[in-house]
Amino acid sequence: MPINYYIFLALALFCIGVAGVLTRRNAIIIFMCVELMLNAVNLLLVAFSKMHQHALAVTNPQAGIDGQLFVFFIMVVAAAEVSVGLAIIVMMYRNTHSTDVNFLNRLKH
Amino acid sequence: MINLVWLIPVLPLAGFLINGLFRNSLSKGMTGIVGCGVLLASFILSLLIFGQVRQDGFHAVTVTLFDFISVDKLHIPFAFQVDQLSVLFLLIITGVGFLIHLYSTAYMHEEEAPHYARYFSYLNLFVFSMLLLVLGANFVILFIGWEGVGLCSYLLIGYWFKNIEYGNAAKKAFIMNRIGDLGFLIAIFWMITQFGSVTFTDVFGGAKSASVGVITGITLLLFVGATGKSAQIPLYTWLPDAMAGPTPVSALIHAATMVTAGIYMIARSNALYSLAPVSQTVVAVIGLTTALFAATIALKQNDIKKVLAYSTVSQLGYMFLGLGVGAYTGAVFHVMTHAFFKALLFLGAGSVIHAMGGEQDIRKMGGLRKALPVTSITFLIGCIAIAGIPPFSGFFSKDEILSAAFAKSPVYYVIGLFTAMLTAFYMFRLFATTFSGTFRGTHEQEHHLHESPLAMTIPLIVLAILAAVAGFLGIPDALVPNAHVLEHFLEPVFAAGGEHPAVEVSHGTELGLMALSAGLALVVSLLAWSRFKSKPELAEPTGFGKVLANKWYVDELYNAIIVRPLNGLAKFFVWLERWIIDGAVNGVGRLVQYGGRQLRLLQSGQVGGYVLLMVIGILALFLVELFVKK
Repeated sequence: MPINYYIFLALALFCIGVAGVLTRRNAIIIFMCVELMLNAVNLLLVAFSKMHQHALAVTNPQAGIDGQLFVFFIMVVAAAEVSVGLAIIVMMYRNTHSTDVNFLNRLKH
Repeated sequence: MINLVWLIPVLPLAGFLINGLFRNSLSKGMTGIVGCGVLLASFILSLLIFGQVRQDGFHAVTVTLFDFISVDKLHIPFAFQVDQLSVLFLLIITGVGFLIHLYSTAYMHEEEAPHYARYFSYLNLFVFSMLLLVLGANFVILFIGWEGVGLCSYLLIGYWFKNIEYGNAAKKAFIMNRIGDLGFLIAIFWMITQFGSVTFTDVFGGAKSASVGVITGITLLLFVGATGKSAQIPLYTWLPDAMAGPTPVSALIHAATMVTAGIYMIARSNALYSLAPVSQTVVAVIGLTTALFAATIALKQNDIKKVLAYSTVSQLGYMFLGLGVGAYTGAVFHVMTHAFFKALLFLGAGSVIHAMGGEQDIRKMGGLRKALPVTSITFLIGCIAIAGIPPFSGFFSKDEILSAAFAKSPVYYVIGLFTAMLTAFYMFRLFATTFSGTFRGTHEQEHHLHESPLAMTIPLIVLAILAAVAGFLGIPDALVPNAHVLEHFLEPVFAAGGEHPAVEVSHGTELGLMALSAGLALVVSLLAWSRFKSKPELAEPTGFGKVLANKWYVDELYNAIIVRPLNGLAKFFVWLERWIIDGAVNGVGRLVQYGGRQLRLLQSGQVGGYVLLMVIGILALFLVELFVKK
């Protein structure tokens, strides 16, 4: 498959994520959108890694799969991040009985 | 002895400091003793130095005290010059000044002790400044004294500072003087660039090699200074207003100090003026015009001090006429005789005002001869002296100037003679209205009338004697050959500077002129006396007299053409300051404040908003990266 397809898919996912973060008020959905953006980038990383591996295999059979491996690290870190993020959202819900981020406008003071 | 000359000005300075610093603790008696004592000591020192200076073969001595200004090639030492001219002025200033101080102890007796001490400290400072002025061996020291007398005149004219009008008169004197001082200052700067020095000997020595244009410029600027200090057209209007001060102050300003400064300065710079005929003509014409102009105003004044003030302006005009026609000795001679009779007249007027309980309007006086015998006799002597009736002093000095004027141009002489007649007329109008006829004041005043105490009458008597006999110092050659003591005495000062330009008139002509002026003065005096003796001029003047009584409306003219436009300009600048400059400053502040208030709205605290901005920012960076960058 040409690399363009991967790029367009990743771009589409990222834009959906951005649009979601910008427009939604529910913290959980925003959180999901953030994850969407993260995974869009991850997808791009895997795609480029695969492409370069292919291209280099001709001259250098030893060319590794570092990019594809690295993505797993990112997914692990993201999982940890999700746990922290969800914990924050739970605390927020306990305090405000809502997951609307517009309640959290105390930053201006 | 001459090395101790610095003591002469320092003593009054010490008096000023003592009276000024301890004015709250000194008693009036102590204040008076300190104030008069320092002057008496200065006078005695002056006499001793005079004794040395008058010996034949005396050469001018310069006593250098310390370096005052020393910049690059310019050196201005703080030095005093002792020669015939400065010693003569020393004697006049300290002598007449002492008598005025003595008089003041009685005249100001009703003042409270601190104010009394303030008065005497100012008086001492005044004399100190004047002594500095005449002793300075260069133009800068002269200028320090020059400014000092300006300051002291301000302080003393505004002595009763609670009266706003008096305060205004003080300010007027100060500002008018400042205008003239600017001319003087520029002249000093010009001298520094031209001669690289301000010392008298250097300047006068270098003047011969300078171009006539430069000398004319410098001398004219010096004369601008002199018109301010010595009350000549166009800067004379402060002097009559200076009457706001206590009467002895007027005597001091008019006789011994202040107004003679201009005459002294020009007489001192005679070497420069002799090289600039244009300046001499200007001096003579301005002097003559002032003399005539002021004399006409004096004809219709009803305030005893105003009459005397305008007569001073007029007499100063005479002195400038003398300077302008090259009769330096005559001018200095007139300074001296004028110091005596004008101090006498002012102190006499003070005695009258004292007796009248503060009344100065001569229309409310009359018949004071009986109540004030000493004052009236001494005042009469002063009047005769100023009117120029021989053998009193004014005749000799005025006549010397007039004959020099005649030698220069008969036109000068005729106008001068006419002015002398006017002088005789208004002085005897003043005398007759004040001292003869019947008393026209209130009963209370009549009851209060009394001769002044001894401290006031003694100075009057001394001055009257001087006013009567001082003229014999300058008997013209036409009467007694080689009897002009003063001319002989001052010769080194005026001969050293340059040629003595006065074209001699023959003795016969001079005698004729003298007889003419003396006769006219006598006739006019008697005319005025008989006219105002029994029916004084009480009605408000009409027609031309009204113009004279209002001083030719000069004050109004100055108000209209100078003061009001300046006020308008000041108002414009106030507007400019308030709305443009302040507006710009406040505007910047207000703009920042407004901008801040608007920008604050961006900080909504809504996370979504921040994120949106962040995305927009990133997009913008992308766009810049992709399209703007080459």
